Amino acid sequence: MRDLLITGAKIADGEPADVLIRDGAIAEIGAIESADGIERLDADGLVLLPGFVDLHTHLREPGREDAETIASGSAAAAAGGFTAVLAMANTTPVTDTAEAAELVYDRGRAIGLVDVFPVGAVTKGLAGEELAELGLMARSRARVRLFSDDGTCVQDARVMRRALEYLKPFDGVISQHAQDVSLAGGSACCHEGEISGRLGLPGWPGAAESVIVARDVQLARHTGSRVHVAHVSTAESVEIIRWAKAQGIAVTAEATPHHLALGTKLVTGYDPVFKVNPPLRPSEDQEALRAALADGTIDAVATDHAPHARHDKEHAFEAAAFGMLGLETAFAVVHDLMVRSGRMPLADLVERMTVAPARIAGLAEHGRPIAVGGPGNLVLVDPERRVTVDAAASNSLSRNNPWHGMSFTGAVHATILRGRVTALDGKVHDQ
Amino acid sequence: MPKHLISSADLDRGEVEAILETASSMHDVQRREVKKLPTLRGRTIINFFFEDSTRTRSSFEIAGKWMSADTINLSAKGSSTSKGESLRDSVQTINAMAVDALIIRHNQSGACHQVAGWVDASVINAGDGTHEHPTQALLDAYTLRSRIGDLDGKHVVIVGDLTHSRVFRSNVITLKTLGARVTVVAPPTLMPAGIGSWSAADGFATSWDLDEVLEGDDVPDAVMMLRVQRERMSGGFFPTPREYTVGYGLTRPRLNALLARNPRALVMHPGPMNRGLEISADAAESDASIVLDQVSSGLAVRMAVLYHLLAGEEVAS
Repeated sequence: MRDLLITGAKIADGEPADVLIRDGAIAEIGAIESADGIERLDADGLVLLPGFVDLHTHLREPGREDAETIASGSAAAAAGGFTAVLAMANTTPVTDTAEAAELVYDRGRAIGLVDVFPVGAVTKGLAGEELAELGLMARSRARVRLFSDDGTCVQDARVMRRALEYLKPFDGVISQHAQDVSLAGGSACCHEGEISGRLGLPGWPGAAESVIVARDVQLARHTGSRVHVAHVSTAESVEIIRWAKAQGIAVTAEATPHHLALGTKLVTGYDPVFKVNPPLRPSEDQEALRAALADGTIDAVATDHAPHARHDKEHAFEAAAFGMLGLETAFAVVHDLMVRSGRMPLADLVERMTVAPARIAGLAEHGRPIAVGGPGNLVLVDPERRVTVDAAASNSLSRNNPWHGMSFTGAVHATILRGRVTALDGKVHDQ
Repeated sequence: MPKHLISSADLDRGEVEAILETASSMHDVQRREVKKLPTLRGRTIINFFFEDSTRTRSSFEIAGKWMSADTINLSAKGSSTSKGESLRDSVQTINAMAVDALIIRHNQSGACHQVAGWVDASVINAGDGTHEHPTQALLDAYTLRSRIGDLDGKHVVIVGDLTHSRVFRSNVITLKTLGARVTVVAPPTLMPAGIGSWSAADGFATSWDLDEVLEGDDVPDAVMMLRVQRERMSGGFFPTPREYTVGYGLTRPRLNALLARNPRALVMHPGPMNRGLEISADAAESDASIVLDQVSSGLAVRMAVLYHLLAGEEVAS
């Protein structure tokens, strides 16, 4: 493996320094003489951070390779500054066995653009009834620690309780898509409020999320196991999580860039690009999420990158598929919305986009401080560069991009996985 | 005139009044022995119905034919997620045939809005899910005006399943456009989400108590009863049909109480009626009822809409 010398990068709040990566790990930091055979990456004016970790990605492979593949999703992740992604289990077939988990893990390794860690299903086939092979997935090569029935919620409290208990020996965690289907069923597609009333769209009330969050917090307390709340979207859920943390209950939470930045009003044109589950919420909820991300009540940013083929989106709003792209834009959106606005320092963005998600998912080689001996999984960002999102320029196979045409300050310059540059200015470097 | 008629909000007061004026002349055509007008000769109109309909479709079809347009009816079952043809593909196939107007009914809200962005033809909403039904609101306004004249300052009460009603959503807009005062009445479970801020913003009143509204200081000029869909009865929105009728049905005693205060008050229903549930047979058959007038107005109003949207202003003048 070639050595990589990154020159002149700012590391955290320190002075610019050179960083030498050898054999996939950081070998030296300081003023380093370049030598023959060393690849150089000029980082003047750029900031070096640990590579981002996404707790919530849909790669669609196996099953819907027309919407995304592990290769195209890995490319989008690398372009977005990610060195690790957690690939959700709602593929076809579902990732509910060790073999299915290893398939995703191995393919990710073979592509080599980002470490793909499969999320295991909590229940067989995501049906919510019988536990999936949690232990075998944990013991597999993929070493699964994060489990989720995402796309659907574990409705049955007894199943949820059993799963939480069963995970204890291997310190697993359940990422819950919190949605009480008796309050927000399959047709619910718009935040329940004046806009859903006017548009005549089936409402998705905030309470359908917070009642599950409240229940799961109590189950986490009862079992002593860890619950992670996926894509928190309401102020009420935030309040419950804040309370639970104050009690010392082992709950963590993530928010998506779109729930932080985009509001319900966007659906008034019935454009299914803005249809997502949970739905975009009103400004009061957005403000609560921003405050919770800043104060750490919400531990992590996660993209819920959800690619869909065009023909699955071009139905009437209620029938169109849920979800939007997010991997390539996450840093720009969160940096602009949270850091540049003064809501939180860049160090907290690092905590939310890599340190905390790596800790939650139990990833030893990601989200580590930049220090000699540490992993060469890094991202170089330009906090001053203005970017305008172009949906057509995406590395994803899909185009359901809600950010198209919007501009943000903050850009990913280069992504480095074990000392290899995987993406430079949005262009992927294949092995 | 706008190119499309997707929402009742697409029309300002002048445009609504122009359509209703034209509808009045079209109504005269309806009484002639030979009903054919040459106005839309050479134009092609497609009635594209993704949801079953008898009255709305036949009235659009006859309206087009009486104006000499070539009209074609197409039916399609609503598409399901990830399966079969997308909505865009369905309508673009039609659009490729260079049609002048697409009249669309769809079982899902917003479908017409989306279609208008994909095709060159004029799109007319013939009912989209629980969103809007603008030609129904126009024909209701036409029927009311033909009985009680200018709607400015008149009080119209709309009663029933507001949550799932596209008739309510379009009517509240058109009635307000024409200067009427509107009160909507339903049990809380059949009030749309956000009705509080919505009614405050758009200037209409809401109530859970039909008797209080009928006996209130603001005496109604018309009461529009909405159909309660059969599937709602088992949906937990209210306990039993009997309880609904007691609370929200236009029963004989309620009709008498209304007529005692305003002998010229009118009873409306967009049909089809559930007699004995939201409206008693007496009320439906009474002299106050203009339910059948609503049906016959439908044709004239739809002719007027086609005329203004397709024939353009030069013909209208």
